[in-house]
Formats: sequence, structure tokens, C-alpha cells
Amino acid sequence: MDLSYTPEEEAFRAEVRSFLDEKLPRQLKEKVRLGKRLTKSDMESWHAILNARGWLAPNWPKEYGGAEWDAVQRMIFEEEACLAHAPRIVPFGLSMLAPVLLAFGSEEQRQHYLPRILNGEDWWCQGYSEPGAGSDLAALKTKAVRDGDHYVVNGQKTWTTLGQHANWIFCLVRTDPDAKKQEGISFLLIDMNTPGVTVRPIVLIDGEAEVNEVFFDDVRVPASNLVGEENKGWTYAKYLLTHERTNIAGVGFSNAALATLKHVAASTQSGGKSLDQNPYFAARMAQVEIDLMAMATTNLRVVSAAAKGQAPGAESSMLKIKGTVIRQELSSLLRRAAGPDAMPFLPDYLDGGDNVPAEGPEHAPASAPNYFNMRKLSIFGGSNEIQRTIITKAILEL
Amino acid sequence: MDFNLTEERALLRDMLQRFLSENYSHEERRKLLASGKAYDTSIFKELADLGIFGALFREAEGGLGGAGFDIAVVFEELGRAGVIEPILGNAVLAGGLISELGTGEQKTLIGDVIAGQKILAFAHTEPASRYDLNHVTATAKAGGGQITLSGTKAHVPNGAQADMIVVSAREAGTDWDEKGISLFLVPTDAKGVTIVDHPNVDGTSAATIRFENVVVDEGARLGASGVAFAAIETAVARATLAVCAEAVGAMEAAKALTIEYLKERKQFGIAIGKFQALQHRMADLLIEVEQARSAVINLAGHLEAPRALRERHVSATKNLIGRAGALVAEETVQLHGGIGMTDEYALSHFARRIVMIDHLFGDVDHHLERFISLNAA
Ligand SMILES: Cc1cc2nc3c(=O)[nH]c(=O)nc-3n(C[C@H](O)[C@H](O)[C@H](O)COP(=O)(O)OP(=O)(O)OC[C@H]3O[C@@H](n4cnc5c(N)ncnc54)[C@H](O)[C@@H]3O)c2cc1C
Repeated sequence: MDLSYTPEEEAFRAEVRSFLDEKLPRQLKEKVRLGKRLTKSDMESWHAILNARGWLAPNWPKEYGGAEWDAVQRMIFEEEACLAHAPRIVPFGLSMLAPVLLAFGSEEQRQHYLPRILNGEDWWCQGYSEPGAGSDLAALKTKAVRDGDHYVVNGQKTWTTLGQHANWIFCLVRTDPDAKKQEGISFLLIDMNTPGVTVRPIVLIDGEAEVNEVFFDDVRVPASNLVGEENKGWTYAKYLLTHERTNIAGVGFSNAALATLKHVAASTQSGGKSLDQNPYFAARMAQVEIDLMAMATTNLRVVSAAAKGQAPGAESSMLKIKGTVIRQELSSLLRRAAGPDAMPFLPDYLDGGDNVPAEGPEHAPASAPNYFNMRKLSIFGGSNEIQRTIITKAILEL
Repeated sequence: MDFNLTEERALLRDMLQRFLSENYSHEERRKLLASGKAYDTSIFKELADLGIFGALFREAEGGLGGAGFDIAVVFEELGRAGVIEPILGNAVLAGGLISELGTGEQKTLIGDVIAGQKILAFAHTEPASRYDLNHVTATAKAGGGQITLSGTKAHVPNGAQADMIVVSAREAGTDWDEKGISLFLVPTDAKGVTIVDHPNVDGTSAATIRFENVVVDEGARLGASGVAFAAIETAVARATLAVCAEAVGAMEAAKALTIEYLKERKQFGIAIGKFQALQHRMADLLIEVEQARSAVINLAGHLEAPRALRERHVSATKNLIGRAGALVAEETVQLHGGIGMTDEYALSHFARRIVMIDHLFGDVDHHLERFISLNAA
């Protein structure tokens, strides 16, 4: 065993660090650091900066404009980007749809869609879940009926993250109502500007409308927008989900949150001493750090196995559960560190305005909204209960 | 032992429960919050007419209760319905302090509170005081029959809706001394008072209040000079009981919504409540809610006990409520899946209030440390 990085990997880290130092706009970094809300153009501008460097699509092959990094490089980049307070990369087009198109799409689809993802022309969202189909995704009902060169789509998707910014949605639709649940589903790309598509925002527990409902009312979609074969969509959907899940471990996010937490605890006075001198708070903080240290290594173990070609299967479920629990605990500690200053709800301030009474430490206003928002981590991408079932079946064979 | 409520209290509970279930819907509450209003003035008046504020004061002050179990009964129901009207700061904190320290004349204000005709606020917490009741840096300078007040108070419940403020300020000693703290009654429209209002994450309303050379009469002092700390601690003990009971009400509401949802929501062709993984967690949750209820009973029963015993229960109860509350808030959201995270659905509002109660009057860590040092003393 050798826990050190190779000289090449260290050099890569240094390169990433100096890039972030130079190219990450101050104002954007400040927003992320304080947990403020990002606008669409904030996210687009960061994507454009990464794209200019050829680093927007770490997992894509070079011939399509990707960086073709290996798993360790991707992890190093994620760690450094998080520590530098870079905005997260919106994953829907880049790391969810693209792998599906690369593996199952037509060459024409790849040539058309992939460059548009990179240059920001298209913003994708994910249309999987429906009101009646959550954990039981295969129960989805949105139907697509073939009519000449088109599919006519009717139904409703829900929980579509950032769908308000998107112009395209990749959907699972039912194309064979008579087949068994998983077998009548297809993977369809839908232009959200088509007549009959309606997007309605859903405000969440943190006061922000991060997700949406999307309604399809006789929406005509060219048949050429079908990915792969008709009624084989479930296979592609599952392929996509394993990509979705590996990113949920979030070691980088946790490292950054821990660094912030330590800083806040050291600079917060409580009962006549700094909060990191409070034995109870300090113990919780230490415990989550200890968990994170081990979890980072669990992550590396999975990553290096993956780099050797062993596909991460149920291991990604393990990472998802532990990773989300750690991120949630960190958000809970950061909220508690804010003390009474966690109570005010200051959306104007979080949106970038500064004409509001922000008494108290700078991290306080976002601490409670962020804590509540982090509850989503154990619900989406396959809830933690569903992940446990996967582990039970696949690893434990129970 | 008798764990039954007295007949009067049971009647009060039933009446309040009926009134709130008929008049305090989640939809109306959301509409009110969206309109930017801090509370509903007509509901507030009706609560007063029902005698809810009277139940929080002793007979000597014109009330009909004022004991620990009165506070617990009222606030559990307020919590169950998610009530945001100004009651805690108004009746329990400021009203409680006036009833503890006020002169006959000052106490006439209590009649106005009971009738719902005036709102009082208690301005004590400062930007740097966190949960420490003895950390007061606002100053009060006496001279020529007048007092000049200066300082900033933060997180004043319903500060911007109040007619009158009970404010703490230091007449002697240094920042952390228990001795030297006094209380004063100040009208909100006094010269030099600036109030900045803001909503809280849980829908309640609070304010930051600045006092810049605010001049009041000597007669505005509540009680004697420099000895208000014990009364403040007593009032906060009562308010801690109130929010702990409120948390139990909110936990009960969150629990009930979740049980209903587990029976109704189907995935994989069956109600999700049939999955043992979820059943066992609901069972654990029930145990914690019962523990929380017992902790509130403990505190309510010891509210009139000698200071050392009472405060031991304050810290024990607040710590336990903080732990049980976090569990209930997090688990009920999780068991609902996406729906549990929406603003439209009542659960997320209960979760927010339960978690924010941990930030009032000291959180789990604060009270764990305090409980240990009270035991050692
Ligand atoms: C903030 C947020 C963003 C999202 N973004 C997207 C998106 O962009 N696109 C998209 O398509 N979807 C998205 N989702 C949807 C997400 O994938 C679903 O919420 C998730 O799959 C759970 O489904 P559900 O909400 O219907 O809960 P349900 O499936 O109804 O689950 C309710 C509870 O029951 C449990 N449960 C269900 N089945 C079982 C079982 N067999 N055994 C044990 N426990 C079980 C669950 O774990 C959960 O605790 C998002 C969700 C959230 C909250």
C-alpha cells in the first residue's frame, strides 16, 4: 500500500490550484464561500471559463472536447475546486446526459448535442421523477405515442432541478403501455420551447425555487430525438444513475465545509471562549472530521478500483450514504455555530443585495437555509433507504 | 402521582385546539407570510378574547393561571398549529418580567396584554451575547431623575410590532457581571429608538433595536437598580418551557402528518408504511416524542422550584428537546421524500420551527455544558 500521490498527480494538483487562483472570479468565489445563491449567469460564466481551458468535461473523451481525466485526476480537481469555493458544475448535460449519448446515442446526436453542452448553448435538466414515481421510478406514466416522424408526449415530471433555466430536458417516457414496467420505457430528448411544455416552480424548505414541475400537453417531439432503441430506456437510465451517484459522495464539498466550520468555530465566541474550545461542540466537529478522513480513503479505494476498470456498483451506494450523512452533519454544525444569528431569513442578502440587517458573522445568514437544503442529499439520486436495499442485495446478498 | 390535566386546563386545551383547527389553516398562514405581515391581527385579538393570554398570568395580575402547566398546555397547542402571533415575547417574557418586578402602576400594562390591546417586547439578547443571559453591554446612565439608554439588541421577538419594550441595560459592573443589570420600560416611539424588522426562517418575526441616547424617566425602571438578573433568568426559564412545549406540539403535528403519509403514499405497489425499514424508524421517533413530552412535564412541574433545581430542569429539558427535535425534523422530512421539502406542504414549516427552537435560549451544546456545571455546583 502507498497512500501518496504520484509526482504527476501532485503536479496536476499544482496546475489546478494555480488555474483556480488565477481564473476564478473574486466575486463568484465570495458568493460561494458565503453560501449565497448563484444566478444562471454566475453558473454560465464559470462553465465558460472552464470550457476555455478545456476542463469543463473531465470525463469526456478528447475527441469530443473533453479532458479525458482519470478518476484520480477528477477527484483532485473536485477537491481543489471546492476548497477554492468554485461554483459546482451543473451536472445534467455534462455528467449525466453526455455519458449516455457517448455510450448509446447516435453519432449524429453526439455531434449535435455535445458541443452545445460545452459552449453553453443548451442547459439540460433531468426529467425522471413523477408525482407517482419516485423511488419506484419504473412506475412512471408520462407517455409518448408515435405519430409519423414524431412522438406525442403527455404527462408530468416533477422535482426537475434548475428546470427554470433549462431549454432541454432528457426524459424517461412510456412508449409501450402493455409491456412489463421496466420494458416499455424510452429515453427521449425534448426541447422545452416546444408548444405544450409548461414549467412551474416549486419553492422548497429553504425558501428558494430550486426545483420545478414540468407538464407536457400534446408535445410533438421529432422521433430522431430518441436515444438508442425504443423501449430500452431503462438500461440507459440505470447507466446514468450510477454516474449521478458517484458524484454524490462529495468529499470535496465536505472538505471545504469542514474548513469553513473550523474557521467559524475558532472565530465565534461562546460563553467566554471560542466555540472550538467548547468540549461538546469540539467533540462533534472532531468526530465528523474523523469520519471524513476515513470516508475520503473509502472514496479513493473505490476510485482506484474504478481506475483499474472495476466498475463501481453497489460501492457507489455506500459512498452516497456516508457522504450525504457527513455533509448533512457539517451543515448542521455550521448552523449551530451561528447561534441565534441562524434565525433571521434574509433572502435579499442571499441573492447578493446588502441592504439588509446582517448582524453577526458572515456565514450566519445562509447557515439555516443551507442546513435545510442539505436534507435533499439523502432523498434524491435514489434515497438512502433505496441505497441500503441495493447494498443489502448486491454486496450482502441477503 | 397524577399525570392528568386539571379540568380547567383540559378545557383550555380543548377550546384552543378547536379554535386553531377551525381558524388557523396552513394555507392561511402561508398567505399571511407571503403578504409580508408578521401576524394576523384578528386571530391575535380572538386568542386574547379566548383568554389565552390570561392563562399565562397569575390571578394577582388579573390572569387565570401562570403556572408551569398553564404555559405548557397553551404552547403545545400553539406549536401544533404553527402559530406565529406575538405571544412568547409579549406575554411570557416582557409580561412575565413586569408581573415579577413591576409596580402597581406598571402592572396595568398586563391588563392591556391580557386583553390583546397592547404588545410588549423583551429586548435583551445582544449581537455578541449568544446564549449568555449575563452578557449585557447596553448602558443605562442615571442622572437628574432621568435615565439615558444606549446599546444594540438583536433577535427581539416581535420587536417591530410592539408598543412598549422591556430593555435590559447595565448600570454597574463589566460586560459579564450578573450584578448591575437593570430593566426599563421604553415606548417604541421614544426618540433615539431605531427598529429594523425581519422575518425568521420559521415564519416568526424579530427585530434588531438600537437605542441611541434614549431618555426615559427614572420611573421607567422595573424593580431596583442593578438586580434584574434573577428575574431575567426566571422569565427565560418560563419562556424556555414555553418553546419546549411548543416544540412538542410541532413534533406531534409532524409525526401525525408522517404517519398519515406512510399509510397513503404508495411505491412499488404498496404503502411505504409497510416497509420495515421505515416502520422501525417511526417507532424510534415515537419514543423520542414521548421522551420530549416527559421532559416538558419535568420542567413544568419544577418551574416554581428553588433556582438550582429549576435551572437543572431548564437545561435538561432544553437539551433533550434540541436532540429529539433535530431527529424528528430530519426524519419526518426524510420519510416524506421530496414532498417533505416543499414550502407548500405544512411539514416543512413544522420542521423549521422545531429546529429553530434549538436556537432560542441556548442550544443542545449550551445546555449540556450548563447542565453539567449545575450538577457540579
Ligand atoms: C431537491 C430535489 C431535487 C431533485 N432533482 C431531481 C431532478 O432534477 N430530476 C428528477 O428526475 N428527480 C429529481 N428529484 C427527485 C428524487 O429523485 C426523488 O425525490 C427521490 O427519488 C425520492 O422519491 P419521492 O420523493 O417520490 O419519495 P418516495 O419514493 O415516495 O419515498 C418516500 C420515503 O419512502 C422511502 N422508501 C420508498 N421506497 C422504499 C423501499 N422500498 N424501502 C424502504 N424505504 C422506501 C424513501 O426512502 C423515502 O424516505 C429531486 C428531489 C429533490 C428533493
